[in-house]
Amino acid sequence: MDASPSRPATAYPVPARPAPVTIIAEPLDTEAWLAAMGAGDDTGALAVFIGRCRGEKGRLHALELEHYPGMAEAEIGRIMDRARTRWPLSELMVVHRTGLVAVGEPIVLVAAGSNHRDAAFDAVRFVMDFLKTDAPFWKREHLVDGTVGDWVDAKETDDAARARWA
Amino acid sequence: MKVKYFAWVRERIGVPEEEITLPDGVATAGDLIVWLKGRGEGYAHALERDRFIRVAIDQQHATHDAPVTAAREVALFPPMTGG
Repeated sequence: MDASPSRPATAYPVPARPAPVTIIAEPLDTEAWLAAMGAGDDTGALAVFIGRCRGEKGRLHALELEHYPGMAEAEIGRIMDRARTRWPLSELMVVHRTGLVAVGEPIVLVAAGSNHRDAAFDAVRFVMDFLKTDAPFWKREHLVDGTVGDWVDAKETDDAARARWA
Repeated sequence: MKVKYFAWVRERIGVPEEEITLPDGVATAGDLIVWLKGRGEGYAHALERDRFIRVAIDQQHATHDAPVTAAREVALFPPMTGG
């Protein structure tokens, strides 16, 4: 039997002032989170990355995400601290899903604001590259035929992406 | 000490976490993995490719040679696949 978590229909209620890192089990309304984060008058560049659940050519119904509560927030926080020491950022926010994420739904939102675009682009990429290999989340496939598939294997290309920043 | 397991390590061992009293001779995370492998079939299956198992000590990533004797919480899990 499928003992996976059910998927709440309504989005997580976005706080008026979002924390730098939030992990949610409900649908991620990217527009609402970005509006709540806002941006300062001197933020000339706001770079946004949205990671989505891919359908794998019709094979997948959803991805189930497990995380290590406490460490996941702490590890993403440490990655963001390193980004803030490398680039002058006026905004930096990460929102990450857990639970069942249907094909096409957002899994992660990363937003970085700065005076100029290079810092914003680089910070978003840096946070994503480290988040992929170091943040304690694990994905399992749920297939369109209703069965629960395999845990997703880590990719060597993700390790290579992370190594670029050494 | 509390030991936590995640993803397929958790499934194969059969529990998400447990309290463990470290036996003499278990000093590092690697020692702990080797000792746990001897506790039963599920543990042996979960930790068979022990070089692939990632370790966190008190919610920070650690290497297999890191000491665990003073740890409050040790976690064992597969390579991560978030994002």
